[in-house]
Amino acid sequence: MKETDYDKIFSRFKGVESDIIPMLLRIQEKEGYISEEAVMRMSRFLRISENQIYGVASFYSRYRFNKPGRNSIKVCMGTACHVHGGKFSCEAFEWQFGVKIGERSDDGKFDLQQVNCMGCCTLAPVVQINEDIYGHTLVTGLKEMLRKYE
Amino acid sequence: MNDFGNLVDKAKKKWALLSDGKIPVIYIGSATCGRAAGAMQTLEAVKRTLKEKKIKAKVVEVGCVGPCYLEPLMDISAGGYPRISYANVSPSDAEMIIESFLVNGNPLPERALAHFGDKDDKISEHIPRFFDLPMMKPQVRVVLRNCGVIDPEDIDHYLARDGYQGLKKAIEIGWKKVIKEVELSGLRGRGGAGFPTFKKWEICRSFPEKTKYMICNVSEGDPGAFMNRSLIESDPHSVLEGLIIAAFAIGSNNGYVYINCGYHLAIARLKIAAEDMRKCGLLGNNILGTGFDFDVIIKEGAGAFVCGEETALIGSIEGKRGMPRSRPPFPAEAGLFGKPTIINNVETLGILPSIIRNGADWHRQYGVEGNYGTKTFSLVGKVRRPGLVEVPLGIKLRDIIFEIGGGSWKKYKGVQTGGPSGGCLSEEFLDIPVEYESMTAAGSIMGSGGMIVMDEDTCAVDLALYFLNFTQKESCGKCSPCRVGTWHMVTILEKIVKGQGQAEDISKLQHLAETIKRTSLCGLGQTAPNPVLTTLRYFRSEYLEHVQEKYCSAGVCKDLVTYIIHPQNCNGCQQCIDVCPTGAITGRRSELHEIDFSRCIKCKACYEVCRFHPLAGNAIEIRSERRVS
Repeated sequence: MKETDYDKIFSRFKGVESDIIPMLLRIQEKEGYISEEAVMRMSRFLRISENQIYGVASFYSRYRFNKPGRNSIKVCMGTACHVHGGKFSCEAFEWQFGVKIGERSDDGKFDLQQVNCMGCCTLAPVVQINEDIYGHTLVTGLKEMLRKYE
Repeated sequence: MNDFGNLVDKAKKKWALLSDGKIPVIYIGSATCGRAAGAMQTLEAVKRTLKEKKIKAKVVEVGCVGPCYLEPLMDISAGGYPRISYANVSPSDAEMIIESFLVNGNPLPERALAHFGDKDDKISEHIPRFFDLPMMKPQVRVVLRNCGVIDPEDIDHYLARDGYQGLKKAIEIGWKKVIKEVELSGLRGRGGAGFPTFKKWEICRSFPEKTKYMICNVSEGDPGAFMNRSLIESDPHSVLEGLIIAAFAIGSNNGYVYINCGYHLAIARLKIAAEDMRKCGLLGNNILGTGFDFDVIIKEGAGAFVCGEETALIGSIEGKRGMPRSRPPFPAEAGLFGKPTIINNVETLGILPSIIRNGADWHRQYGVEGNYGTKTFSLVGKVRRPGLVEVPLGIKLRDIIFEIGGGSWKKYKGVQTGGPSGGCLSEEFLDIPVEYESMTAAGSIMGSGGMIVMDEDTCAVDLALYFLNFTQKESCGKCSPCRVGTWHMVTILEKIVKGQGQAEDISKLQHLAETIKRTSLCGLGQTAPNPVLTTLRYFRSEYLEHVQEKYCSAGVCKDLVTYIIHPQNCNGCQQCIDVCPTGAITGRRSELHEIDFSRCIKCKACYEVCRFHPLAGNAIEIRSERRVS
């Protein structure tokens, strides 16, 4: 992100403590993750220590601190997905790319995340790749599903 | 107020024009549940088809009407027919239906799901009335009355259906009468605890501070629950109207909607709704010319289950880590930025406009003594007809699961209510009434409305572990019973599902659970052991099987099952070799395949393909065997 991008985001805020959470969200929307530079710039703008910002950011599950892959795979871990065997998809993905949850594959193509609930429980188990949602996923269909994103 | 009258007249005319039948109207259910099922592709196909065939029709995006398993839903009202609904409409289906209905005048009765007309409307024997469908019949639609019916992004639709009449009346009768009306209606907090709504308000009202805050809690963190999300996506105005009424009652001019940032569509629709309200003079200074000022800020949370707890939520709005603090002082006295604050659940606010508009007696016709009104549930899991349902309180669990939900796919085992704070109730509880007290007495809670059905393929121990894992991760870490205690419970449960459990582990679990329940600081910790306590109570035999016989009857716990290829069924089709992510299966074409157990991760891929692939012979079995130690 360029300096002007930061300025653009910062200009929408008053610069008070309660801006930390939405500001981090806007940065992550733009850059995909929270970089060290972003926290540093925020700290200067808000006049709040980097420690405090990290303290807040690390508390919430939404924020990420690693660069994401080109495609993001999100496996739903909601209760409905769990009882329909969602964890099997997750483990199969882990094996396929040799990545753990929250990591990025070596070639940078994919990253794998777990989310708590996507709100489409009737389609359980659900996998989301970028903006596409796949319902009633079977482990057997995963390879085919990914082919589109190679 | 005259302006408001004009607004309503204009809206009613617009609504009447929509349903007068002169121009066909196509409705697409485009809430999250619909979109996930492909509603946007269907919508595109509809628009394309209309253009290609040069048909003049209006397309309206509506919210979720309830039976999410039938999404994408497309409704058409045309040609003098009442609105007819079609289920599971793919883009090509949409094209076909539109051509048949709007070009050839045939509404395809055999493809239709139901119609939205009156009881006397008999279009065809094939088309039942929507609200007479087995899933809909036991339901009452009070909070969800507009869901799937109106365009959530059009304030006129809401106004035409008695929108903001509740607010108008509230301001006319004054705050004292509003609180009295809510007291008489018997409304209790729909967030789960069931605290009488009016009581909270009264406490807050009694403080003289000028600045007070009114917060709508949409931090719906329960995995497997989407009632609040659906309500906001389908009818955001009802929630905002309720928020203003509540603010008026407590004397607050500042409101927040605290919403999970993952709810993109809900946030977008809330913002549109708020903008429209400002234009109509329903938000901002001098609302409806009455001198009452109120404005709302939509505040995104960043995903923390504990932020559903009031004091944690307040911390999160203030830009801090969302950690609960000890009470008192209660938020009603000193909450957001130290000012008196009321936090109400989405559903509580969603029902308020109707209560004020129709009066307390109207509300009391639903439900039973002490538990008046209705409650929405997201009925999911191993149930035949999953979806969003609304029922009067006091209804039996059996009616929800079997009448509305159509029962479980395989043999019914139980139901999990209230999310990670709730419990699992076994079959014998099917006949208890769904009321705050009876659910608590059974060891579960009403909760915000998640209802996950389990069948014989669901392992109670595994489910308990799932929830404990969840609460352990979501524990904020402030108090040690919750932070350390849940971690120990997870460790013990993991031992048990791996087949390494020992006899004393069960009593240890029980002891830990009871201690955590008694000593934790906030609701998260106090209720976190519930899934374990209830499963220990009602599914104890499963724990014993896991510990003593290393046996999982549901075949879920990986370390207790083996994969077997039955030689008589295996036809050597090699499908399983293709799908195996670890290359653990070997075998030549048309010869018996073998599994290398050192590489097998038991991911179920081979099992699925062997069961469902047309070439395969259903030769793989996942078996758990009783071992006597």
